[in-house]
Amino acid sequence: MIEIITSGPLMTIQDLGRPEARRYGVSPGGALDPFALTVANQLVGNPPDTAGIEITAGGAALRFSVPITIALAGGDLGARLNEQPITTWSALRAWPGATLHVAGRRDGWGGRCYLAVAGGIVVPSILGSRSTDLAGGFGGLHGRPLHPGDQLPLRRPGTGIIPVAGRHWPTTLRPAYTPTPTLRFIPGPHTECFPPDALERLRLATLRVSATSNRMGYRLEGVQLAYQHMTSILSLGVVPGTIQVPPDGNPIILMADAQTSGGYPILGVLISADMPLAAQLLPGDMLRLAPTSLDIAYDALREQAQMLAHNPEHDEGDLLATLAGA
Amino acid sequence: MHWNFSPLGDSALLMEAQGENDVANQAVLALSMALEANPPTWLRAVVPAIASLLVCFAPLNISHNGVIAHLHKLLKITPLQPAEQVRVLRIPVHYGGDDGPDLDAVSRLADMTPTDLITLHCAQPYRVMMIGFAPGFPYIGPLPAAFNIPRRATPRSAVPPGSVALAAGMTGIYPSRLPGGWHIIGRTEVSLFHPQASPPATLRPGDMVQFVAVVPDLPRSEP
Repeated sequence: MIEIITSGPLMTIQDLGRPEARRYGVSPGGALDPFALTVANQLVGNPPDTAGIEITAGGAALRFSVPITIALAGGDLGARLNEQPITTWSALRAWPGATLHVAGRRDGWGGRCYLAVAGGIVVPSILGSRSTDLAGGFGGLHGRPLHPGDQLPLRRPGTGIIPVAGRHWPTTLRPAYTPTPTLRFIPGPHTECFPPDALERLRLATLRVSATSNRMGYRLEGVQLAYQHMTSILSLGVVPGTIQVPPDGNPIILMADAQTSGGYPILGVLISADMPLAAQLLPGDMLRLAPTSLDIAYDALREQAQMLAHNPEHDEGDLLATLAGA
Repeated sequence: MHWNFSPLGDSALLMEAQGENDVANQAVLALSMALEANPPTWLRAVVPAIASLLVCFAPLNISHNGVIAHLHKLLKITPLQPAEQVRVLRIPVHYGGDDGPDLDAVSRLADMTPTDLITLHCAQPYRVMMIGFAPGFPYIGPLPAAFNIPRRATPRSAVPPGSVALAAGMTGIYPSRLPGGWHIIGRTEVSLFHPQASPPATLRPGDMVQFVAVVPDLPRSEP
């Protein structure tokens, strides 16, 4: 069992989402940073799509009631286990009564981290996923964010619990997380709705994620893109990463919980490999956008797939420390 | 039917049908069904819309050009018209009053009486052209030209579940409490989305919907 003591601004159960449910008007959902959740699961010996907890911004505390192997990956949000600072992107052992605190960002970047527990969190799978659909009010724990007092049942992990503690995921095998990231996008399909210099203006602008941004989308401040001529666009299917521009001219990047269809002109779509970087942004953070090519998008994605194909490294020092001191 | 193909990022292809919306929509739905009848291993999701089909794929297993080639092959062998057996679903609607606060305003915009508007809305079955915007939300149409009215200038922040609404020549039904800019003309008790059910949406693209006006109970005479 995991007990939620404090939940911070938003804490939800997420796996890799339900992309095929889009045909029913259901958002794909899932971890905003699927790379980090996949690695966290890998570190504790779970399949990549096992449900974990997405912790947003920090302010979170959780208590474990059973001995369990855990891992945190994603943004460094100042995590401590029993008041001892812990390394993220590492598997470690938590003992009954142990409390995990996730305070908040300390390195100038990072917005979300993922807690994976060996075996995974047991909530019903709905439409092929355990992810929380906040708009639809289903999935996760009763279709809502986690609250203080929630008790999350865990699946009994298989064998080999102790040996995976001490596994570590090296920095060289992670996306290039950074403050003010440059997110690359494939232009189109509605660039002709905008003046010819729109892409260049977008490329040169430093943008800010507005206060109203959430898992559905990030509203961006810092550039205004007027339509060249008013084009009426029929509702069409959209994907997370879509950069759409409503009539007020402030671009919106759609994220995992976005609607499945949209009717605003689309200037471009973020490349899949840069979605983990986008996922680490919080309201107030700065970013840049840069047009790129499909070839570069595939190279970046292939590189990321190769990173994920690695096995976690065993850090003997960490392993011994974990076994001895925990 | 002429199709425009454009990448929507690195893992989706947008296929837009050129031509009149009604014909385009029938072609989109036929192609969508043909694609899902024999789903290739690289296929991740298919999202049919009014006049376009979004095909999401596993980008490390196939390229946009590979997807386009597959779709061209499929287009050659797929009749782009509705399936022979189309479901027709009756949706009872309480029109006007508290259930349809915009009925009078819409009637004025469409230049007809509320009674004529209801009669026209119920005159024939219309097609579910797409499911989108929210879980289970159907875009039903195309409606007669008189219904081609713009959205409300100010959207409502919360439209009650079951609201039957109009805009841009189509009818939508709000499956749950949602913000919305369409004109509300009535309400139905038919529920449209059940996450636990398979399939979870009551209506499928391609279904025909026949709206039926619920006649209010006659006032009972006092004994």
